[in-house]
Amino acid sequence: MSTTDRLIPDRLRSPMEQRLKSWETLLLLVAIGIFVANSFASPYFLNAWNLSDATFNFTEKAMIAFAMALLIISGEIDLSVASIIALASTAMGAAVQIGVGTPGLVLIGLSVGLLCGAFNGVLVTRMGLPSIVVTIGTMSLFRGISYIVLGDQAFRGYPESFSWFGQGYVWWVISFEFVLFAIIAVIYGVLLHKTNFGRSVYAIGNNATGAMFSGIRVQRVKFILFLLTGLMSGVAAICLTARLGSTRPSIATGWELEVVTMVVLGGVSILGGSGTIVGVVIAAFVMGLVTFGLGLLNVPGIVMSIVIGALLIGVIALPRLWSMWRAR
Amino acid sequence: MLKRLITTRETLLVGAIILLLVLISSRFPAFIAPSNLANVFNDTSPLILLAIGQMIVILTKCIDLSVAANLALTGMVVSMVNIAAPDLPIIFTLALAIGLGTLLGMFNGILVWKLQIPPIVVTLGTMTIFRGLIFLISDGKWVNSHEMSPAFKAFPRMELLGLPVLSWIAILAVIAFTILMTRTTLGRAFYAAGGNPHAATYAGINVGKTQFWAFTISGALAGLTGYLWVSRFAVSYVDIAGGFELDVVAACVIGGVSIMGGIGTVAGALLGALFLGIIKNALPVVDISPFWQLAISGGAIIIAVALNAQANREKGRIILKRAEHIS
Repeated sequence: MSTTDRLIPDRLRSPMEQRLKSWETLLLLVAIGIFVANSFASPYFLNAWNLSDATFNFTEKAMIAFAMALLIISGEIDLSVASIIALASTAMGAAVQIGVGTPGLVLIGLSVGLLCGAFNGVLVTRMGLPSIVVTIGTMSLFRGISYIVLGDQAFRGYPESFSWFGQGYVWWVISFEFVLFAIIAVIYGVLLHKTNFGRSVYAIGNNATGAMFSGIRVQRVKFILFLLTGLMSGVAAICLTARLGSTRPSIATGWELEVVTMVVLGGVSILGGSGTIVGVVIAAFVMGLVTFGLGLLNVPGIVMSIVIGALLIGVIALPRLWSMWRAR
Repeated sequence: MLKRLITTRETLLVGAIILLLVLISSRFPAFIAPSNLANVFNDTSPLILLAIGQMIVILTKCIDLSVAANLALTGMVVSMVNIAAPDLPIIFTLALAIGLGTLLGMFNGILVWKLQIPPIVVTLGTMTIFRGLIFLISDGKWVNSHEMSPAFKAFPRMELLGLPVLSWIAILAVIAFTILMTRTTLGRAFYAAGGNPHAATYAGINVGKTQFWAFTISGALAGLTGYLWVSRFAVSYVDIAGGFELDVVAACVIGGVSIMGGIGTVAGALLGALFLGIIKNALPVVDISPFWQLAISGGAIIIAVALNAQANREKGRIILKRAEHIS
């Protein structure tokens, strides 16, 4: 594949980006800027344990964001990820009540994630329905099932060994979640940038019909991407449930927004066809640092959501405003 | 041909609603008493208002996920203005609600029109921004019933010819927007812009501007509903109508509005909203926990969109009933 000179670029080129070399460089500068600003703003910021705590702000969301990045590059979207977390967590909680051990819980969490992903995938790829409506529907359906099971109750009593997935440390301040995040980042980076499968994801996102005529099984690739997104939501559900130690049906509310924001902030085009995993990794750090920094300054969570929402619109609007201003 | 298909789809929905009512009344006859049906309609009125706005947005190939947040923000602003100036005539409150809602809708519209940012990104963003703004202006506090002036709370409940004002507003909106969508150039432009944007451009329709007007209308209706909502429930806080945007989209999809744009009617949105409203009101009557509602509306969205896709597959995209409608 590398011998041909007609490769589809991993990201779209525009004059703005050429000047700044790449979105990723810009994002990295932003991340460093936020890091420096935070260390001046709060004396508690530059502390190994505090920084380690800060990683929990983004590791679980980022795990989903990697799979979501592939899905968005292929031109689809999954808004049900947070509800899959709720359903997987509820299933694990129910299993705890009948005495299932840690390996069983992990298996249940992953299977529920896969099943939900498969359900989305079948509706989108077999029945040809638009993914945005399907996943708005399953977003209500999956969380709705959690509400039916739990109502206003909560599941507790997770085994000690299970909580390690959310609270354990591998070495010094390096948490298990952070290691898992790094491993998953590498896996998705290789999958997207170094394999035929990854190339076909770009091809589908740029021109699904063209991809089909060049022998790519478009629907199957998309189905696999929905499966992966479901699976990653299952993984995130395990980590989050283990970290919180309890399950309520409102768990991870609004995460779909933060995951999509992370992906878009990472330079993935919401229209599909371009983006990199490195961008998503840096975006995860940016969002984690912003949330953590504002938290240290006692800014309430809901105000942070203004910042997240403004970031989402801003990162897309600013380059366009800039090029419009340049064009005058 | 198109007319026949539309009538069949809407007849189908009317049939489904009647079937639903028959099923419920077979066990609980009191549910279909006229006074109770009027209550159900009144309770569904906010959903109807928002569904009409959402339908127009979806017609133009966009989506507005910020309607519930717009409603909550406008509701909070008018209730805080009411605390500051309890004697303000209700007409000013209404104007303020519609005006603020319109501005918020225009903000979405400008971002979609001028910067060409995908509507889902814009409205996901503004959804969180609006909710955050409510927290900022209210400091996270509630505005409770006793802080609102009696006139402020009384308006949507006032009875005219046996129906509350809230219901009348929904009825008026249905009539007004049916006329707008079927009898005006702008109405046809909404269908054209979503049905085939390229053809619409060649026909002299500014697609972006049409989308801007769709968001503006959706925002205005959300603002109006914001006041009606807080005065009817006599409370205002950050999370009112949380997740309601999904019900609104569900009502549209159930009502046969195609998410791909270009297909949908005001009557469809009305029937879709009524379908959800009846289910929501019937759940406590038939003794099913209200916690089922979320799953039911989710299931209804999926079934409806699957049915729509089947129906749309049979025919081509038709954007104009008759060519002479466009001037």
